[in-house]
Amino acid sequence: MRRGLGIAVWALTAVAVLALYLLAPHLVSDFHSRDLAQAGVFFIAIVGLNILTGYTGQISLGHGALMAVGGYTTAALAVHEHWRDVWTIPLAGIAAGVVGFLIGLPALRLSGIYLALATFAFAVAMPSLLKKFSGLTGGGQGLRLLEQAPLQVTGLSGTVTVFGHSTTQNHFLYYLTWGIGLVAFVIAWLIVRGRLGRTFRAVRDSEVAAASVGIDLARTKTLAFAISGVYAGVAGALFAIQAEIVNPLSFTFLLSILLLVGAVVGGLGSLPGMVVGAFFVEYVPDLSTHVSSKPGVPDFIYGAAIILVMILLPTGAGGLLRRVARPLTTRLYLRP
Amino acid sequence: MLLAFDWTQLAQQIVIGLSSGGVFATLAVALVLIYRSTGVVNFAQGEMAMFSTFIAWSLVHHGLSYWAAFFLTVAISFFGGVGIERVVIKPVERAPVLTVVIVTLGLFFLVNGAARWIWSPEVRSLPNAFSTRPIDVAGVAFSIQDLGTIAVSLGAVGLLWLFFRFTKLGLASRAAAVNPEASRLVGVRVSWMLALGWGLAAAMGAVSGMLTAPALASFDQNLMQPVLLYAFAGAVLGGLDSPLGAVVGSLLLGVLINLIGTYVDWVGTDLRLPVALAVILGVLLVKPTGLFGRAEVVRV
Repeated sequence: MRRGLGIAVWALTAVAVLALYLLAPHLVSDFHSRDLAQAGVFFIAIVGLNILTGYTGQISLGHGALMAVGGYTTAALAVHEHWRDVWTIPLAGIAAGVVGFLIGLPALRLSGIYLALATFAFAVAMPSLLKKFSGLTGGGQGLRLLEQAPLQVTGLSGTVTVFGHSTTQNHFLYYLTWGIGLVAFVIAWLIVRGRLGRTFRAVRDSEVAAASVGIDLARTKTLAFAISGVYAGVAGALFAIQAEIVNPLSFTFLLSILLLVGAVVGGLGSLPGMVVGAFFVEYVPDLSTHVSSKPGVPDFIYGAAIILVMILLPTGAGGLLRRVARPLTTRLYLRP
Repeated sequence: MLLAFDWTQLAQQIVIGLSSGGVFATLAVALVLIYRSTGVVNFAQGEMAMFSTFIAWSLVHHGLSYWAAFFLTVAISFFGGVGIERVVIKPVERAPVLTVVIVTLGLFFLVNGAARWIWSPEVRSLPNAFSTRPIDVAGVAFSIQDLGTIAVSLGAVGLLWLFFRFTKLGLASRAAAVNPEASRLVGVRVSWMLALGWGLAAAMGAVSGMLTAPALASFDQNLMQPVLLYAFAGAVLGGLDSPLGAVVGSLLLGVLINLIGTYVDWVGTDLRLPVALAVILGVLLVKPTGLFGRAEVVRV
């Protein structure tokens, strides 16, 4: 009986999420569904960062650079190899996953803030590296999909037809991004609730204790970096597809910082909270320019907003969610 | 190539490197002060230093001499740092470390925004603190400005060391950083020691900013961002929990980037920081806690 009730609650949640996914772009204007799509990019990257930082306890200040790897893979395949843009997404994920594994290697020796420096070095180096290898990346100009590979851009004519349904390009981008986002979310959830997730949490809580029960620290950490890299790569690919341009300025150190802000505001160690984190990163800067566009004021408000959220919700939105949800679920499972 | 090697130029480049390293060192020590007591890297340290520099600019603009403005700004920054700690850091004192890190990131945006709000975003300049003519040491011409910068930054760090080593307050704040619980038991007000740390860090940052600005032809509100990156790298190189390490690491870093930029052609100015970071990473892989850092012993 209680088990049935639990399943019913889960099924209802899933249906509600799916309905929201399908209906959301029709609740806002066509133009704003593009903003929603952008928030989806942040969502995917932040979920990946949460697997690494929230569940495995490894700080990364370099996820913006991993997004760059994904974004440039997509753009380069479209421009140089004439791939259709959406088909590059898996490869972008794999490429960033491999790079994620590589930047995870210093994690075998370094921890805490010293590891943060390694990922930070990667993030700081990325724009200059992109400028240096200009044959592949187009240098400071970057790669412009619209001009250099218009045939590969999906929905250039303004509409996209998928399975016989025709939608606007903005709606298509929204459905594509959040569709992938939902799948990525479910995969992340399966990872963190399973054996691998327990291994990750064991490493986060105490490396010595984890090693002494037979967990291979090196394998676990690099695996977390690689998985997290795949998420960042897919997010970067979607970023490139939406912006239709990538250049070194799209992936500065600031992007890595904003992803970390999103993950902590959303609540480390909570996956649903990441939606809140993504929306915070996407919308709060916009909202603060609405208050006043005097020089400096938007940044001032944005900073104040970050500080206020952290003071009011030290464990992020996810912490609040847990506090609210716990009495409900406890009652659900414990009532005779 | 080797025959044409110019020892005079090498000596000059090393002094220039030490001078920028000295500026990094003051900010790096500020980072260490806060990191050592709370485990938090203060991402806003550079922006706070920038804000101090703008205060100094206003004072100079209102007719004060550079050095009068210098000492007044250091004092104002100290109280500003204490104030910031009390208002935004104390409420998250018991929160997870990453939460506090994000608060300092928020502070980064807030302080940067405030500076552009108060002082409109146009370029400005500070007068030179030292004479610009060169001085002759053993046949090699050095700039007085570089030597003065080294002297002031090392002097500031030295004063700070005297404070921590020889005053009762300094001892109390070191104790609070090492073992907060035990310090509380013997009557140290640990929370206020953190505020003191923030104040001293802000004062050190102010020194760093006021040494950076006059060396540039003009500056704006993004003045300290590159310095913060170098200071962070220097502090990590030396070991983030060791003030001595931060100073040595920053000086080494200053010399390193200057020599790389001068003698290795393909690096240029663009790749200086990445190459320096790669070198630091190499050092860290051999010694994971930095040159002077102590490995933390954790009880399981």
